[in-house]
Amino acid sequence: MLEYVVSKFNFWTYVILVGIGLYAMIGKKNLVKKLIGMNIMQSAVILFYVSIGAKKGGATVPIFMGDAHAAHGHGIHEIIDVASYVNPLPHVLMLTAIVVSIATTGVALAALILIFRRYKTLNEDEILKIRREAGV
Amino acid sequence: MIWQLDLIICLFVIICAIAAINVKDLLAAVIILGAYSFFMCLLWTNMGAVDVAFTEASVGAGVGTVLFIAAVNRTKRRSKD
Repeated sequence: MLEYVVSKFNFWTYVILVGIGLYAMIGKKNLVKKLIGMNIMQSAVILFYVSIGAKKGGATVPIFMGDAHAAHGHGIHEIIDVASYVNPLPHVLMLTAIVVSIATTGVALAALILIFRRYKTLNEDEILKIRREAGV
Repeated sequence: MIWQLDLIICLFVIICAIAAINVKDLLAAVIILGAYSFFMCLLWTNMGAVDVAFTEASVGAGVGTVLFIAAVNRTKRRSKD
């Protein structure tokens, strides 16, 4: 049991980080804190995907290490050992996810500045109180 | 993948995440979030995802921290929770 927990600690980190991010989005009252929680959750999901592609036992980045010149010149194709390279497909997907997450953060921060200009506070309870008193 | 390094960086990532949501000062929280992003970047380099790592280091940690600091600068720095 202990060995199983230790050998999968990337996934345990993912579980703990999603918990922390979810708690920050639900439990914290400040809007910037909620946004920080959203960022933590996004990078936790990215960590999960990259961990799927990773391999143990000396697997490296997917760049062909063999003698490419000889193989090209004589039409000899070396057998590529798939176990020595990590899977690059999750990496490519997660590159897009990082850029999208920064765009989401930018839009959220712009909305946050507008909320602050209107209500003069970033606390969720105070904003709801002001809205209730105004009768909205 | 060096699993000892992986374990240590995972611990640092969790510590940074807990610290970022518990600090009262929002500017400090944002800077700790930047440190969290750089630890994530180290984690992905360790797992062989170098392209994801340098995108995270430049876009996630760099541009993200700058945007957060600009927003905190225009609003309030103190937080109640």
